[in-house]
Amino acid sequence: MTILTINNLTRLFDDVVAVNQLNLEINSGELIAFLGPSGCGKTTTLRMITGLLLPTSGDVLFDGKSILNVPTEKRGAVMVFQKHLLFPTMNVAQNVGFGLRMAGVNRAEIDRRVSEMLELVRLPGYENRRPHELSGGQQQRIALARALIVKPNILLLDEPLANLDANLRLEMRELIRSIQRETGITSIFVTHDQEEAVMLADRIALMFEGVLQQFDVPQAFYQQPSTIGVARFFRNENFLTGTRSGDTVNTPLGTLKIDPNIVNQPNGDVVVSVRPEDVVLTTTINENCIHGELITHVYMGTYSQLQLMVNGNRWLVNGPIRFAGNKGDTVNLHLPTEQIWLLPKE
Amino acid sequence: MQRFIRWFTIIFIVVAVLAPVIPQIVWSFSFRWFFPDLLPTSWSLDSWEYVFTDSSRVGESFLNSLYIALLSCFMSILVGLPASRAIALHEFPGKAVIEWVLMVPIIVPGLVSTLGIHQVFIRLGLTDSYIGVSLVHLIPCIPYFVLVMTSVFANYGTLLEDSARTLGANPWQVFWNVTFPGILPGMTVALMFTFLISWGQYVTTLLIGGGKIITLPMVLFPFISGVNYSNASAISLIFVAPAILVLVLTSRQLGKESSVMGGFGRL
Repeated sequence: MTILTINNLTRLFDDVVAVNQLNLEINSGELIAFLGPSGCGKTTTLRMITGLLLPTSGDVLFDGKSILNVPTEKRGAVMVFQKHLLFPTMNVAQNVGFGLRMAGVNRAEIDRRVSEMLELVRLPGYENRRPHELSGGQQQRIALARALIVKPNILLLDEPLANLDANLRLEMRELIRSIQRETGITSIFVTHDQEEAVMLADRIALMFEGVLQQFDVPQAFYQQPSTIGVARFFRNENFLTGTRSGDTVNTPLGTLKIDPNIVNQPNGDVVVSVRPEDVVLTTTINENCIHGELITHVYMGTYSQLQLMVNGNRWLVNGPIRFAGNKGDTVNLHLPTEQIWLLPKE
Repeated sequence: MQRFIRWFTIIFIVVAVLAPVIPQIVWSFSFRWFFPDLLPTSWSLDSWEYVFTDSSRVGESFLNSLYIALLSCFMSILVGLPASRAIALHEFPGKAVIEWVLMVPIIVPGLVSTLGIHQVFIRLGLTDSYIGVSLVHLIPCIPYFVLVMTSVFANYGTLLEDSARTLGANPWQVFWNVTFPGILPGMTVALMFTFLISWGQYVTTLLIGGGKIITLPMVLFPFISGVNYSNASAISLIFVAPAILVLVLTSRQLGKESSVMGGFGRL
């Protein structure tokens, strides 16, 4: 229920730029993923939103009001860290009730809301357990309850699923999603796992080395990546350089037609890209075709993954399960017009 | 086999700690005990009666020692707690120098530094006073306190405090509700060291106290040099009592919190 605006936010550590001129507008009730490789400035940004870290320049606004001069404890931006989750000297009830106790809420009210919260995270009756008696997933849920009980303006989760095994991760993912939907709290979570970001987030902010690359809905990162780097991060490395003129692109492997209805595409020197799952292996179609030299192919269970050399670039293409071929074979690749996406040349 | 080793260790420690005390217990009740007799030829309670008279000054000096040691503990917290936190959790220019300076008193004999400080204390009017004696006790106390607390803080980190801040606790609330309970076990051990180091000081107390501040070691030493072993033994038993008491009280922390003793790796 809070609109979060980040204006030209920059943070330097000595000479290193951790976050560089970040601009984001996050709507009320959205669930946002900060995605990027480790050290890209995701956690630094979260810390600046909480006030645990001061920005070098720029501004953070809640509902249009700058909160830079508001101390951490008054911001209502609650952060759940990935390690050292719970206060080890307190039991579960004391942990969950911590925020209310600090705010001076009366005992009966705290008790009532603690049991309500434990219900919400599906751990009813756990009041008297000690943190060390809980599993990693349970600790995570208690930490979530402890954050939600104060009805935060903004909920910040630092790699909430990083320390969990695969099954628990799935369960937690659903829990976070459903609780976030139910409470409508504007939330941001940090992750380096693009799948997690895609499955959980309304929108993803992808950052490399402190610079925002793209801020968009998950599909866009697959269908309309903004740069070669973004495409690579989402496992698309199928690139072919060319020159665009109108609705065609001239490449060293022939002229390709592109869909005139796809807007916001660059002109002039461009890079043609098609996702691995969108390339069609064909022997019959001749339109919009290029060829590559087969390096290797791997059986992946539901498809075969082909590695090809296409004009000096390594391409990955998803082929039929029963694909057969030898190293050095020439493979004909059809690039469907509506699947071609043009990237600016770097 | 493991059980055997465990029991062997326990018995070994008990023997090593208690065995040296046994002759003193015997001495304190003896009237006549000469070589080569295994036990005294005659017994008496004279030494213990003497210890509890006012003229022996044992009671008075015991309270002085206690007061000074507690004062040293208090001042160690005031100085050492912020220092160890800064060293453990922050990077700042000159950190290596400060760490080194803090360790110097462990290497340099207390007598040397105390002689220098004596001059300064005379000018400041701190000699012959409890506070002066406590202050000079800080020289050997602080390094051990900081050594233990640095490792406690480094192990504790700042994430729990950060969590508490975002949950709406102001810095003061964070300290009392999160940090303090978290470091308390480690601090108990650090204070045990501080207490015992102050409790055992002789030369520094003598110099700065100028003979006016009488602590237990100062009552004890004349009897040792005067070869009155009965009185010396009785007093030394009183002298060692708090040490054993403190050790027993904090032994659980010593066993549990391996991080607490981790600071000694830095020596």
